[in-house]
Amino acid sequence: MINISNIHKTYVTGNNKLHVLKGINLRVEAGEMISVMGASGSGKSTLLNILGILDNHDHGEYILNGIRIENLNERKAAQLRNKYLGFVFQSFNLVSFKNAMENVALPLYYQSVKRKKRNAIAMEFLERMGLSEWAQHLPNELSGGQKQRIAIARALIAKPKVILADEPTGALDSVTSQEVMDILTDINKKENITMLIVTHEHDIAKRTQKTIRITDGMITETVIN
Amino acid sequence: MFDLDRWQEIYHVLRKNKLRTFLTAFGVFWGIFMLVVMMGSGEGLRNGISQNFGDMATNSVFIWAQQTSVPYKGFTRGRRFDYENADVRALSEAIPEIKYLAPRTNVGGYNGSSNVIRGLKSGAFQIFGDYPVFDSIDPVNLLQGRFINELDVKEKRKVVVIGQRVKELLFEKDENPINKYIQINGVYFNVVGLFSSKRTGEAASYDNQRLHMPFTTCQKTFNMGDAIGFFNITSKNGIPVAVVEEKAIRVLKKRHAVAPSDDAAIGHFNLEVEYKKMVGLFFGIRVLVWIVGIGTLLAGVIGVSNIMLVVVKERTKEIGIQRALGATPRIIISQIMTESVVLTTFSGYFGLTLGVGLLELINYLLEKSGADTEMFLHPGINFNVAIIALAILVVAGAIAGLVPARKAVSVKPIDALRYE
Ligand SMILES: Nc1ncnc2c1ncn2[C@@H]1O[C@H](COP(=O)(O)OP(=O)(O)OP(=O)(O)O)[C@@H](O)[C@H]1O
Ligand SMILES: [Mg+2]
Repeated sequence: MINISNIHKTYVTGNNKLHVLKGINLRVEAGEMISVMGASGSGKSTLLNILGILDNHDHGEYILNGIRIENLNERKAAQLRNKYLGFVFQSFNLVSFKNAMENVALPLYYQSVKRKKRNAIAMEFLERMGLSEWAQHLPNELSGGQKQRIAIARALIAKPKVILADEPTGALDSVTSQEVMDILTDINKKENITMLIVTHEHDIAKRTQKTIRITDGMITETVIN
Repeated sequence: MFDLDRWQEIYHVLRKNKLRTFLTAFGVFWGIFMLVVMMGSGEGLRNGISQNFGDMATNSVFIWAQQTSVPYKGFTRGRRFDYENADVRALSEAIPEIKYLAPRTNVGGYNGSSNVIRGLKSGAFQIFGDYPVFDSIDPVNLLQGRFINELDVKEKRKVVVIGQRVKELLFEKDENPINKYIQINGVYFNVVGLFSSKRTGEAASYDNQRLHMPFTTCQKTFNMGDAIGFFNITSKNGIPVAVVEEKAIRVLKKRHAVAPSDDAAIGHFNLEVEYKKMVGLFFGIRVLVWIVGIGTLLAGVIGVSNIMLVVVKERTKEIGIQRALGATPRIIISQIMTESVVLTTFSGYFGLTLGVGLLELINYLLEKSGADTEMFLHPGINFNVAIIALAILVVAGAIAGLVPARKAVSVKPIDALRYE
């Protein structure tokens, strides 16, 4: 599903150059659930952003579902994100003026699905998350766990091949974190969606099939859980 | 395009920055409002001035006799003289550029003592002796009967065509004036026609107090001998009346022993020159109005562009989220441009409506008060101009939104997402 080899990334700010990724090689099979760990600043988010086509890499090769990701224009990138990728962020990143249902429906809006239809689909996904009665609520009326479940529903609605989650439980307490992980593993099993989860917590990482450790811009360890 | 989410987003964005949205909208509103009011006023001024011309041929010149100011051929300066019937033929023969040549005489004035009597009623009016051709130079609306004709002139008939106001003062309300007799300076004349002015306002009321009789009748009845009061001449199409004017003055100087250098002896008024000045003035006013109006509008539009920039900056993260979820640059750009167009069009439409409303109000008040509006009449703007203005606004709104929209998609999605 994901195949990257020798990925390099350097951030340039003014005169400073920061070589963050120093040749990453990784192969993720369809349906795999992998966690990414590593010290703060080691380059986990950078890697995930490149995989999410939110950022571009400097060197190396990235193949997503058989498509070579290189020098894409923003239109093509947006379409690939919409079609193949779902994102779950630490800070939820819900759109503040849209209610839960509308937030979930958003990816379908960009596919020009009619409002009635996409909202109906969004309701189905909210139901699966056990949040149907919160459909009309705005994000600021919801708890962190609820928000993250809405974000997961939103990541799922376009039926992506891969879900990229950057510290999805980073802002949640441990009980809620486990609930969110329950949902993610459930989806992985039932829908066979590939998952990459960045986390700092061992008990989160343990719930994935494989954990890779990044140290100073390189993969230094791969552990089968 | 008409997805509710799109409008929800526009509403949210504009509402979130209420004061700023209002101020920006006001800028555009004011721009178009000023443009409409200024254009309407310009139009009112133009209508007001043009009403004084009626259907009068603007390529005409008036020539009359004054006092000489230079001694010549044995005459001293200060000599008075009159044009005479023979001048008419001389002018026609010497100047092929003449289209119409109307010699005129006149008696009395509307602010003098009563000179027209019918039974117990009387009034003081302007009385002209005319040729039929006069009606081709400065036409009137004939309400009843006819104008002076060739036969009237030839036979020196005692017939007269009267203005509407004359009829009102000398006749009963629903009395037919045709074929009735009125007394002009003691002589009876048969009324053959009734007319009203083609002008409006004060110029019209002046016209409607006129009486026209045959030129020859006037000369004979009122003992003018051979004298002509003044000439009204028009030039052929495409020839400036100034050409005719200059030639006519030269001919008349020669015939009446006026020194070629004597500029005071012959009075003349070139309507075409005045008319052109007026047309030039109105063109100038219009250009000025457009410059000022467009300038104001431009300031408003720049304001819109500015607020859209701010909005886009504030929404950087949100736009980043939308892009992560698959919003293409096209979607983002069109969304921001729609916001901008909606803002400009709405406020512009308000400006347009209120501007037109104000003009209508002025119009209504002017008409209701019955004020003598010699300089100002029917202010208003052309429907097409209004549509063009609105179209300009929509385009301007789109352009105003384009810069911020491009800015929004010029950053990498990840940088937008990270933006705090
Ligand atoms: N846009 C950027 N410009 C410059 N430097 C950056 C940028 N993004 C990240 N970096 C730097 O790159 C390095 C790796 O950042 P990254 O966010 O990938 O770390 P991380 O492993 O996700 O850390 P954390 O666990 O704290 O989230 C850090 O030193 C960071 O300061
Ligand atoms: Mg990180």
